[in-house]
Amino acid sequence: MKRTGRFWVRGWTLAAWLAAASLLSGAWAPAARAAEKPIKIGFGMALTGGLAANGKAALLSMQIWADDVNAKGGLLGRKVELVVYDDQTKPAAVPAIYTKLLDVDKVNFVVSGYGTNLIAPAMPIVMERGLVFMGLFGLAVNEKFQYKSYFQIMPSGPSPMTDWSRGFFDIAAKQTPKPTTVALVGADAEFAINAVSGARQNAKKMGLKIVYDKTYPPATVDYTPIVRAIKATNPDVVFVGSYPPDSVGMVQAAHEVGLKPKLFGGGMVGLQYAAFLARLGPKLNGIVNYDFWVPEPTLNFPGIEAFLKKYQAKAAQAGVDPLGHYLPPWSYAYLEVLGQAITATKSTDQKKVADYIRSHEFTTIVGKVKFGSNGEWATSRVLQVQFQGIKDSKIDQFHKPGKRIVVYPEAWKSGNIQYPYSSAK
Amino acid sequence: MFSELLVNAVAAGLLLGGFYAAVSLGLSIAFGLLDVVNIAHPVFVILGAYAAYVMNSRFGWDPVLAGLAFTPVFYLLGMAVYRVYYASFERKGEEALRGLVFFFGVMFIIEVLLLLQYGVDYRLVDAPYIGKSFQLGAVSIAYRLFVPFLGGLALAAAVYLFLGNTYFGRAIQGVSQDSLALRLMGADPIRIKTIAFGIAIATASLAGALLIIIGPVEPSIGREYIGRVFAIAVLGGMGSIGGTFAASLILGVVESLTSTFYGPSWSTAVSFGVLLLVLALRPAGLFGR
Amino acid sequence: MRGRTLLGIAIAVVIGGYLTTRFVSHGYFYFASYVILQYIMLATAWNILGGYTGYVNFGSAAFFAVGAYTSIVLIKAFKAYFIFLALAGGLASALLGLGIGYLTLRLRGVFFSIATLALAVVLQTAVINWEYVGGARGIYILRARSMPFFSSYTEFLFFMMVLFAVLSVAAAWWIENSWVGRGLAAIRDNEEAAECMGVPTLRLKLFATTVSGFIMGLAGAPFPYYVTYVEPSSAFNLDYAVNSLAMPMIGGTTSWLGPLVGAVLLGAAQQIATVTISSAWNLLIVGVVLVAFVILAPEGIVGLALRLARRKGG
Repeated sequence: MKRTGRFWVRGWTLAAWLAAASLLSGAWAPAARAAEKPIKIGFGMALTGGLAANGKAALLSMQIWADDVNAKGGLLGRKVELVVYDDQTKPAAVPAIYTKLLDVDKVNFVVSGYGTNLIAPAMPIVMERGLVFMGLFGLAVNEKFQYKSYFQIMPSGPSPMTDWSRGFFDIAAKQTPKPTTVALVGADAEFAINAVSGARQNAKKMGLKIVYDKTYPPATVDYTPIVRAIKATNPDVVFVGSYPPDSVGMVQAAHEVGLKPKLFGGGMVGLQYAAFLARLGPKLNGIVNYDFWVPEPTLNFPGIEAFLKKYQAKAAQAGVDPLGHYLPPWSYAYLEVLGQAITATKSTDQKKVADYIRSHEFTTIVGKVKFGSNGEWATSRVLQVQFQGIKDSKIDQFHKPGKRIVVYPEAWKSGNIQYPYSSAK
Repeated sequence: MFSELLVNAVAAGLLLGGFYAAVSLGLSIAFGLLDVVNIAHPVFVILGAYAAYVMNSRFGWDPVLAGLAFTPVFYLLGMAVYRVYYASFERKGEEALRGLVFFFGVMFIIEVLLLLQYGVDYRLVDAPYIGKSFQLGAVSIAYRLFVPFLGGLALAAAVYLFLGNTYFGRAIQGVSQDSLALRLMGADPIRIKTIAFGIAIATASLAGALLIIIGPVEPSIGREYIGRVFAIAVLGGMGSIGGTFAASLILGVVESLTSTFYGPSWSTAVSFGVLLLVLALRPAGLFGR
Repeated sequence: MRGRTLLGIAIAVVIGGYLTTRFVSHGYFYFASYVILQYIMLATAWNILGGYTGYVNFGSAAFFAVGAYTSIVLIKAFKAYFIFLALAGGLASALLGLGIGYLTLRLRGVFFSIATLALAVVLQTAVINWEYVGGARGIYILRARSMPFFSSYTEFLFFMMVLFAVLSVAAAWWIENSWVGRGLAAIRDNEEAAECMGVPTLRLKLFATTVSGFIMGLAGAPFPYYVTYVEPSSAFNLDYAVNSLAMPMIGGTTSWLGPLVGAVLLGAAQQIATVTISSAWNLLIVGVVLVAFVILAPEGIVGLALRLARRKGG
């Protein structure tokens, strides 16, 4: 079991069953540590369940941040402590976790867990109490809540739904021959559906004809019937919104069926992980997919290399993604933002810290971060990355630049797109 | 164009169905012939997948080979599980509900043990045929699905021949119909059932290897199969091996056709809808005795 | 215990529930208790069908979700008051219960269970493809900031759940101690014999499935306000199906007290496990405890306690 600051691990005895009574009387208070009181940051994180692979990687990165900060003397001269509970990827567990953090553990700040489903249930609680709330990879959570102290580190941009795939379609628009038809396909689950609906809007705006627009259940075993049905419509562009296992299934099926659109990819989660990069290897060539950070020279921000070194050294032991290019830098960065705001305001006052975050730009390991009025990034930094020149399944090649080329946006571009998809090697 | 799509959809469905047969055979034996509601069967399949993963990534074994190699281990495991089950429930005649809960618990325990050992990351195997396909007339067939289909077919054939042509096989079929007569013939029904359950779990070893050939695996995806394997066992007429195989193919084809022509989102629901209809209209299953 | 004593206890619990909201300000207390109360209802409802009548429902999650999604529709369409949501959620789910009641005409034992499982899958797919309630994307339901007579909406939710849970347990108690319960027990022990004896088996079974469905729907109806973001995979979570079956099994299935004890113990243990030991161990405990209980104490905690008491008494 990992320990972060004070992650209270108690022996499980039969007596704990009877402790139900003490829970009901609300007397579940941990022993307070006296003297120099640390700054406590609490959160729930998916350490088991569907999102655990990412949740565990995020937690490791957050621990690295806490260690880094404490090595420099902490925040405002106080040590930083992370208090984390496993939300088991269950939204229903979230309200109890956050109220426990706030009422019983008396944490100074809360930050979100990973993913839209697990951020949303915490929102009413932080809003009732007027807390500053840093979010980790939730898509358009604040659209309904309109809460002004919510900040999302994922760089989707001011209108998250469409910004997500705008780049993908901008690229399509610039190519010759210009594509005219598009197939949209996504998993029946929150992120994928949103990604596809954003893509639908972008495709319509661009005047593409939508020839296929369907969803599939996440537990699908065989993707070849789906890919074959897509192939039968002969689309120029195929946009996929998928989760890790189905991303692999779609890519494999595309190769087996011989799907050869001009542009293929879009919103496939999982193609950023070492295990899948290695296993799919050369099959990835030509796919254009979203990403947030890749080891390209244009994105070599100060501090990121040092962070990845620390992360990669611990990754094997923690049993998480050995590469750590996807979520880890961002889970480090969202605490960096909070930490910098605390230091700058010399305060743990929620309102002061939130005001500061809202009005300032931050320098983090993922680059400069500035939030807009709805708590999303002021300008989108969703990258479109094309896999190029992958010859084998060795994982080392993905540590270095040259395999995942940033082709969009202009500001971060590190190479040119190979178009159409079938010409890429 | 349409006919090509149709032929391919049916072919894909048949391939998928062959794989479903591999996953469902064990349950068909346990549930159909022995009346043991082994809801944990899919998780044994996942266990088989991890065995194949370990042998593949550590020693470079072919997953199918690993699946076969682990079959005896799973056979012993199945015998052990049945012994516990028998001593705790069946002997007291309390198997119905409590046995079910017992297997629920077993499912959780195996899942967590895998989780603690291998984490929640998706695991895959490597084999030379994964990712390749061949052309058969208008139909293109991926080895990734063809190998599991062959595996399922071979497994079904082996179990079918075993049940029909060996002393133990006939005894197992007898035990489900009349255990008293069996006892009079000098066979110990408990021993027969132990062996039968061992075989049921043994099939999970190969089925798991086939599962991980098709796609990535993590500890809790077994849950996705619970409904499907029971649907197949019931559709197949409870314990009929030929029926189970046919039901698997039907389910595979129905899913594939829905997926191709109507929308993949409804493919699982359609197969469960079929199950509901069959249960309501013909509870003995499509191929019931 | 006599009915009047129990009625007194029930009223005391409800009043106590309200008084609690006056004195306890911890949000954590309310959220944690909410989950446990919800499980008391689910376990009690499951037991009316599973424990009393012998029909094992694997699809509790579907009934729960029908309650939750009914209230989402009403919130979206009419901004309906809470009490209407709860009643409508219960009724919709009761209707579903009536439907599966008719299934029992043809399906017994495990076949019935598998049918309920299949039903859950079909319903979940339908909801996934139903845009109006958010589909697979999910839907946000914001709870009101405040509520008259309560210092927060959370406390109001808590109080309503106390009330619902008490009513559910009371319903189970009534069923158990009336001719209905005896009829159901006859069905459980031998349906054919009961039929021959003139027990109106179909009507009784329909009654059991409907009441069980109603309570599960009632448990699900407040869920959107509790979690504020509902998507099919959380509303149809396997947890609800597993827990509503495991809790009565651990507590004891023969009396109304069993599910109550099981839900409080297992529910509280899970809550505690979430904030203490975390991770995979939580799941492992559920598994081990389940297996240990069905093997070692098949009559559940209540049955075990009774047996021990009897032994001590002589």
